[in-house]
Amino acid sequence: MPKAKVKRKSTWVDMTAMCDVAFLLLTFFMLTSNFTKKEPVLVSTPSSISEIKIPETNIMTVLIDKTGKLYFGIDGQDKRKSLIEKMADKYKVSLTPDEIKKYTLLELVGNPMQTIKQFLNLSPDLRDLPQNNLGVPSDSTNNEFVDWVKSAREVNPELRIAIKADESTPYPVIKNVMKSLQQLDENRYNLITKLEVAPGKK
Amino acid sequence: MAEISQDSGSGKKGKKKRSKKLATRIDLTPMVDLGFLLITFFMLATSLIKPQTMEITMPSDKKVQEEDKTVAKASQAISIILGKDNVVYYYFGKTEGAQVLKTNYGPDGLRKILLTKNFDVAKQVEELKLEKNKTHMKDEDYQKRLTEIRANKNAPVVRIMATDESNYKNLVDALDEMNICSISRYAIVDYDEPDKQLISKLTP
Repeated sequence: MPKAKVKRKSTWVDMTAMCDVAFLLLTFFMLTSNFTKKEPVLVSTPSSISEIKIPETNIMTVLIDKTGKLYFGIDGQDKRKSLIEKMADKYKVSLTPDEIKKYTLLELVGNPMQTIKQFLNLSPDLRDLPQNNLGVPSDSTNNEFVDWVKSAREVNPELRIAIKADESTPYPVIKNVMKSLQQLDENRYNLITKLEVAPGKK
Repeated sequence: MAEISQDSGSGKKGKKKRSKKLATRIDLTPMVDLGFLLITFFMLATSLIKPQTMEITMPSDKKVQEEDKTVAKASQAISIILGKDNVVYYYFGKTEGAQVLKTNYGPDGLRKILLTKNFDVAKQVEELKLEKNKTHMKDEDYQKRLTEIRANKNAPVVRIMATDESNYKNLVDALDEMNICSISRYAIVDYDEPDKQLISKLTP
């Protein structure tokens, strides 16, 4: 250690510039991004070179996770209200206005109509648990999925169908969904994918 | 400014004897902390990327009249079967007596086969792309020329059949290859008996 100690200088850094940079970045993020929708399960979609962007409005989303559970949702809170009222009518489930309001706030719901009343009354943190989400049934004996799509189409004729499925979803599930859509004569739909760089393009 | 000083010129800090007008110095460090906290919040809660989609159109379920069905020449037909564990089987022409071959999803597998079969169309599309880059062709012209090329009568017709053991990624990859190799006519078809028998012969 040197005998002569260095005089202790007080260091005071001018933070103005740092502050400017921080707020510039913040403004950038605020203006250019949009909040992601909360999904009940995290799904990893396969990648494709298609560069068509997903439309933001008038869209019906079918989320399929690895285990083959189906979740269904449309956009627009007022449309969701009409949708759930129609479905509740069809399946003779009585929902209180409070439960209907809760439904309109949810992006995607994956539950058969019988259990939907309980599901809506759960607290938000319990809603994401796998045991509380049984998926919309789409087997031949009880194809609720077809009814959801049909009612959604009645509520909003301009809806576009988007299917968001996990990479490792087994094909029979997808085949079932596509067949159900074919039954309703819904032959045009979109598959949501990640972006992949086209081969040969820089 | 980082310091708002009422007594401009007094630059020293912490002098015991202060002038009567107090110099106010604002330390902006907490402001920066706040800024970064908000940035972190926005970075995590939002996304800049809009998800992409692939559009597909399926044939309708209704019974189609015989005359309306488009008949594909056997020489143009390629059938692709998506099997288990990312294996792709394919054959050309009719199902009876076809020679089934195996391949994979890599660039040297399915893509190579499709490109060789679709060579003329693929070459024309490549040339069109180069032309577009060089002459700054308008988008609608590009699209029009593209559809003309794709309407080529001799282009191959692909049938995609997925077995129950394949997964969604296989299907999306197959559809993607259609796009990459500029194949305009393809359809997702049910995996039925004649093809099942062909494949079962291959896999003992």
